[in-house]
Amino acid sequence: MSEQAPLITMQLMGKNYRVPAGLTLMAAIEYAGYKLVRGAGCRGGFCGSCPTLYRREGNHRIFTALACQTLVEDGMCLVQMPFVPLITRPYDLYTITPQANTLLQHFPEIAGCVACNTCTRSCPQGLPVMDYIQASLRGDIERAALLSFDCISCGICSSRCPADIKHYAVGLLARRLYGKYITPNAPDLAERVAAIETGDVTAELDTLMALSATELRSRYEQRTFEVVAEQEDPYSATRSYNSAMDPVDYQDELEVSG
Amino acid sequence: MEISDGYPAAMRQSIARVEATRSARLGRTFPAMSLDERKALLLSHHPDYKAGAKRPLLFGSGQGMALNHELADLFEARPLVRASLDLSKIDHDVDLLVIGGGGAGTVAAIWAVKAGLDPRKILVTTKLRHGDSNSTMAQGGIQAADRPEDSPAQHFLDVMGGGHFTNQPELVRALVQDAPLIIQWHEHLGMMYDKDASGHFIEHPGGGTSRNRMHSARDYTGLEMMRVLRDEARNLGIPVIEFSPVIELLCDDEGRVSGAVLINLETRHYHIVRAKATIITTGGLGRLHMQQYPTTNHYGATADGLVLAYRVGARLIDLDAVQYHPTGAAFPAQMAGLLITEKVRGLGAQPLNCDGEQFVFPLEPRDVEASAFIRECAERGKGIKTPQDMCGVWLDAPMVDLIHGPGTIREALPAMFRMYARFGIDMTRDPILVFPTLHYQNGGIATDEHGATSVPGLYAAGEVMGGVHGKNRLMGNSLLDFNVFGRRAGMAAATYAREHPAGKLSLAHVAAYEAMLHDAGIKTTRTAPRILPDYRGKEALDRYLDIPL
Ligand SMILES: Cc1cc2nc3c(=O)[nH]c(=O)nc-3n(C[C@H](O)[C@H](O)[C@H](O)COP(=O)(O)OP(=O)(O)OC[C@H]3O[C@@H](n4cnc5c(N)ncnc54)[C@H](O)[C@@H]3O)c2cc1C
Ligand code: SF4
Ligand code: SF4
Ligand code: FES
Repeated sequence: MSEQAPLITMQLMGKNYRVPAGLTLMAAIEYAGYKLVRGAGCRGGFCGSCPTLYRREGNHRIFTALACQTLVEDGMCLVQMPFVPLITRPYDLYTITPQANTLLQHFPEIAGCVACNTCTRSCPQGLPVMDYIQASLRGDIERAALLSFDCISCGICSSRCPADIKHYAVGLLARRLYGKYITPNAPDLAERVAAIETGDVTAELDTLMALSATELRSRYEQRTFEVVAEQEDPYSATRSYNSAMDPVDYQDELEVSG
Repeated sequence: MEISDGYPAAMRQSIARVEATRSARLGRTFPAMSLDERKALLLSHHPDYKAGAKRPLLFGSGQGMALNHELADLFEARPLVRASLDLSKIDHDVDLLVIGGGGAGTVAAIWAVKAGLDPRKILVTTKLRHGDSNSTMAQGGIQAADRPEDSPAQHFLDVMGGGHFTNQPELVRALVQDAPLIIQWHEHLGMMYDKDASGHFIEHPGGGTSRNRMHSARDYTGLEMMRVLRDEARNLGIPVIEFSPVIELLCDDEGRVSGAVLINLETRHYHIVRAKATIITTGGLGRLHMQQYPTTNHYGATADGLVLAYRVGARLIDLDAVQYHPTGAAFPAQMAGLLITEKVRGLGAQPLNCDGEQFVFPLEPRDVEASAFIRECAERGKGIKTPQDMCGVWLDAPMVDLIHGPGTIREALPAMFRMYARFGIDMTRDPILVFPTLHYQNGGIATDEHGATSVPGLYAAGEVMGGVHGKNRLMGNSLLDFNVFGRRAGMAAATYAREHPAGKLSLAHVAAYEAMLHDAGIKTTRTAPRILPDYRGKEALDRYLDIPL
């Protein structure tokens, strides 16, 4: 039997609505009768289009969340933020080089960071945002890239920052510089691309294209499979690129929602 | 209801059985099916073969194609504008119009610039924000045969077999042959793919692949790709209009596509775009909720592009086949339908029934795997029931850390881990409940290997196009496909735009479509494209008054 959820009261844009407990903020807004145009994108925690500000009863703080990833609470008072305006200077990644001051040159405002940690506290992804801004300021592109990797550009941090920093744009440039210049290029890839460009793979594909349906089927059934088991395990934070250096501790999140 | 660590007591009992069999299952995998076994299972349990779920299309170039009712409804619907709409004032006069700011559209616009078009003479228009799309949501990865053990020919075989040999071979050839070029382009754009210390990609297996060729960026592969592509497009100065979906294409007096009508979702103004070439990259259809399945897709995935293209007479292909991803979240209810990436199985997690037993090879092609889950729940009654009356099978997530070492889940699957943690479940300790979810369109607008549709001036790329994957797509081939065909369509459309001046705008095809509806005896007040699904609560809608304000 499906159980009926009890109703709770939440305040949306200053008005009270009764909605079933257990809904996400986004589902509750829709339940209340709003058809969303802004404020909804992926509906799964990946696009950052649903940043929401709210207060809780009996608490002086402002909380921030993704509407699609957060459950309603009784007495919560919320508003959705459409977006945080962003204007950045264009750059050409092919001509800039990763120097210690590259990020600072492109985003001079990071020098104004007062280390208040508001960005970190407000990030719905639980990222150490202040740390990646500080790393950018020090010219540690690698650290900035790795710490900001899970950023979904929701802009919540930027809306709260007293220094008006565009955190997600800083992280993005750090990651592109890291991906392009600091990580070594894949050796096999370059060889394969060269082979394709000189037409070395053409003959084999021509052969397959010329096969009859039955011949193609039997070629498919006779495929050999790569053995996976004996590989050296690639997941080691010290040996591989693009692995989290300071794995964020989600224990808090587990306790809050548990 | 008693909940412990995220699960109610009844589900905990089944989890205990999963834990009891875990050590014996390590290193022992259920055998894969033969082609004949696959076929029998699909016929008996895949939603595509469900009796009564489809009806044939009654008119137009796709007449006779059997479509799910939800999709057929869109074709059998009236246009949102009349043929008499005033087209005299052109708001944007451009060389290239790209409809849809997801992956394919952004790639197409970038490559049109690389092929010589002035970025200021390109317009990208999109329904929500630039990048709010299925592309951003892709987690698992992108295929490309770039290791010495692998080859484009091997990739070709996998794609053809995965699609049950219904694919268009020349499109598959383009896909596998361009794949390494695309990955290299991404490397040059600074995308952070997972690599080992010497720069080799860390490549995983995927359902239906015979080599490890899945490149990923943790489990945020699509997010990383989309934000880099969007940044590149911005840096090139390509104009993008957000919250302005296309509601109808425009033709010239010779029937060539020559632009579109956009609607500003907030002010409801329409805009007329005249373009020498037009590319449709509107993505998929998950939000139609075929057969009432939940979906993994983003809010704007409502098949608009198919409707737009059909109205100007473009040929469609393979739309009878829809992809249900085997592993959609089935619990907790707030996550219903959200995608659990195939990478979880790629890293060793096994699907299990309520008794903790394996019942299927973990990495069959998606349609086969999904059918096996449906059979386990429906026919065999071995699924696990949730308090909301959903049914699912277990995916034994903790095996990933057992096989690859503690910390792997957090490092390789941070999005998955974070999503479950938000709803109180720790997937490093407990299995997760899954059931098939509506995921991918498979078929779409028919094109040649340069993205050209059957209508001059109109190109298509990405999920909205059909033929590459035949009737079933393998994981990692659609991120690839939007790059390969986005690039090809962008370059081909740039050439077309240089050679064909824009003509006089017309909506004659809208009048013709209305006439076809009439002749087919279809009387309806339904309109299409759908633009956005409606999730407003029933209680609220019951009291809704449509009054002028
Ligand atoms: C959750 C999830 C996970 C996935 N994981 C993988 C994976 O691991 N590997 C893989 O290869 N593939 C994966 N896929 C599939 C893949 O992401 C998509 O098929 C692919 O990104 C589609 O790209 P696209 O550019 O064609 O469409 P999209 O990226 O969806 O872009 C379409 C755009 O068009 C816009 N649009 C729609 N209608 C209109 C209109 N009328 N006017 C203007 N604009 C419009 C939309 O708003 C959207 O921005 C996944 C998909 C989902 C949903
Ligand atoms: S909110 Fe702004 S000023 Fe405060 S720590 Fe973060 S970046 Fe620095
Ligand atoms: S770093 Fe800022 S923009 Fe990125 S996810 Fe966190 S709050 Fe959002
Ligand atoms: S809607 Fe995309 S993150 Fe919430």
